[in-house]
Amino acid sequence: MVNFGFTISVTRAVEYDKNDKGCAEYVALRVPSSSACIGCGGCSATCTAGNLTEFNIRKIQMLMKRGENQLYKEQLHKCMLCGKCLTVCPRGVDTRGMILAMIEYMREK
Amino acid sequence: MFTFTSPNYEPFVWPFSIGMATLLIYITIKYIKWIYEFDKANRIKILKGLFSLGTLRSVKEIFLESLVHRKIYRENPMLGYMHMCFGLGWALLIIVGHLESSIYQASWANTPYYSIFFYYFLPAGAEYWGDEVFGFLMDLILLMILSGLFIAWGKRLYSRMVGMKKTTKQRPYDRLVKGVLWSIFPLRFLAESMQSAITGHGSFLTHSTGEFFASCLPVETLSYPLWWAYSLSLGIFFLLIPGSRYMHIPTEMVYIFLKNWGVKLDVKLGPNGELRGLSKFEVYSCSRCGICLNQCQLLTSLNNESIQPVYFLRKVREDVERGNEINNCLMCGRCEELCPVDIDLNALRMMQRQDHSVVTDETYSYIPSLSKTSPIKTGEEYSGCRKVAYFAGCMGHLTPRVIASMCNIFNKAGVEYHFIDEGGGICCGRPLRLSGNRAAADVLMQKNIERIVATGAEILVTSCPICYKSFKEEYELPIMVMHHTEYIDMLMHCGALNIRKGKERLVFHNPCELGRGCNIVEAPQRVLGAVGEIVATEFDGKASLCCGGSLANTVISPIERGRIAADALSRYTCSDPDCVVTACPLCKKNFAKVKQPVPIRDISEIVAERC
Repeated sequence: MVNFGFTISVTRAVEYDKNDKGCAEYVALRVPSSSACIGCGGCSATCTAGNLTEFNIRKIQMLMKRGENQLYKEQLHKCMLCGKCLTVCPRGVDTRGMILAMIEYMREK
Repeated sequence: MFTFTSPNYEPFVWPFSIGMATLLIYITIKYIKWIYEFDKANRIKILKGLFSLGTLRSVKEIFLESLVHRKIYRENPMLGYMHMCFGLGWALLIIVGHLESSIYQASWANTPYYSIFFYYFLPAGAEYWGDEVFGFLMDLILLMILSGLFIAWGKRLYSRMVGMKKTTKQRPYDRLVKGVLWSIFPLRFLAESMQSAITGHGSFLTHSTGEFFASCLPVETLSYPLWWAYSLSLGIFFLLIPGSRYMHIPTEMVYIFLKNWGVKLDVKLGPNGELRGLSKFEVYSCSRCGICLNQCQLLTSLNNESIQPVYFLRKVREDVERGNEINNCLMCGRCEELCPVDIDLNALRMMQRQDHSVVTDETYSYIPSLSKTSPIKTGEEYSGCRKVAYFAGCMGHLTPRVIASMCNIFNKAGVEYHFIDEGGGICCGRPLRLSGNRAAADVLMQKNIERIVATGAEILVTSCPICYKSFKEEYELPIMVMHHTEYIDMLMHCGALNIRKGKERLVFHNPCELGRGCNIVEAPQRVLGAVGEIVATEFDGKASLCCGGSLANTVISPIERGRIAADALSRYTCSDPDCVVTACPLCKKNFAKVKQPVPIRDISEIVAERC
């Protein structure tokens, strides 16, 4: 292939139909308030773990809803369950419950 | 005058005797089996405790709690009286009855049934030492039990009469056993009355009713079948006890002994997740009185009537699926505070929460260790001999005003301090522990201990009662741990703070983890008394309400938390204070989410303003 000195980026299409939405369905059932999330990122801003690492709840919940489970699976155990995110959420999402439900789903799978 | 008669016998003594013997054999085998499951340390404690003061203390406690029901008296005198009638009344009936029959027979070694059915065996015209006094006493005791029975009937119709909004929904089997129990005393009363009409014994109660019955009923024919019925009701009751809630009667007494001998609750479950050792005694000691029901805010605010200790422990006993009951609990400890049997309700629930954490070398490895450059100060940076280390905690960082107030107080008092988590710290691990993940919590604990010890401080002050409880109970730190209310109290006591008293009317909301959890009740009262005027509420000290923010509950939604907070706040503000004061950043944050009739402030904010 001719090297033009640059490449076009890989398509970042989300394969909604192919992705495994099992976790998203499980979380939606266990934590109904998760549907109220507007992705404001308040949780990630206050996160004790997020202060020290890449752990990002806003991103995790987005990936979870897309069904891209492999992309966040390893992140879940970084959570310290301190509950700060729960307290700051302006939409009343049980963020701590979401993390617990995801961990539970991944364990059972 | 002493008379001696040969041992008496009637076929109707058999139902009672068989029932009692079977029950005794059953509970003895069961208790030995449970004690056998104790670990070695606890078994040694039993052996050492047998001949210690603990045994005497137990006897006293059994009298005060199992018979007189002192704790229930404090809750509601009428309810206490009702329980006392059954507990103390029945015990006195047995003791005085045995004493009376022994004096009559001039022997202590008569068969158990002889004293129970003594008035049947007592021939007409028999005289013995103190016969009239005994007759009077036995009638008085019987009357006491019957009066308790009337209250119990009334309680079924209108439970608010004894101060209970809700009473336990008993299973059909327990209702049946209760029916048998309730029939015992009226049957005894009838049998003794009829007998009194024949032999002339008895006193003001049975003798009078006996005379009345004799005027309208064939007492000679009715008396014998009634003694049979009395014996049958006793025998059936004893036989039904093992599967019923009345197992609490014998178990509670053994539990009191074990507790006073220093036997500790084994928080580890057995290989198949079953309870072991003392926890079995605790589960069977629950009398399902239902006092915990009215304490539970999940019931009063969310109308959830299925997870309270009384139902939870029943499910534990029946060993049925109870995932929701295990996790849907605020662990506020309000039930435990008033439990008349002193069962470790929180611990029993906590130990059943499963540990899902997988701990590897990678677990929380992102937390910078002290040697690396990090926003957290390293050991070397803690130069000088600062005696105090301050830990705001995760929730503390959500309430910057609390942190600013504490810094202000430290400065005003001229205290040099290390701010451990100034640039953001890590969690103390208690929220993980509360959700069952004990192994992961231990990892965080080790990392925090390292940080705290590196400061070289002598006192660790924290603003968060959640951190405080874990520092105090789990960390085993070599230094003194204080919550900021305690620390402010100490500063005031030694004159380091010059406080101006204000005129604000303050209501104090004692956080669950601080008051009930760590026994800190007086320090905040002293501090508040110095800065303003305390308005007393019925939720002061250890009777405080939960704000609903508890991290121990992993089931309820934030909306439901809000409902608990709003209810709690409206109950705190019914005396129209100027301000509700708390000492926990999480409580403050959680109250802040609902409509506030008055400002919610932390105790440190008020002190910082007035010093």
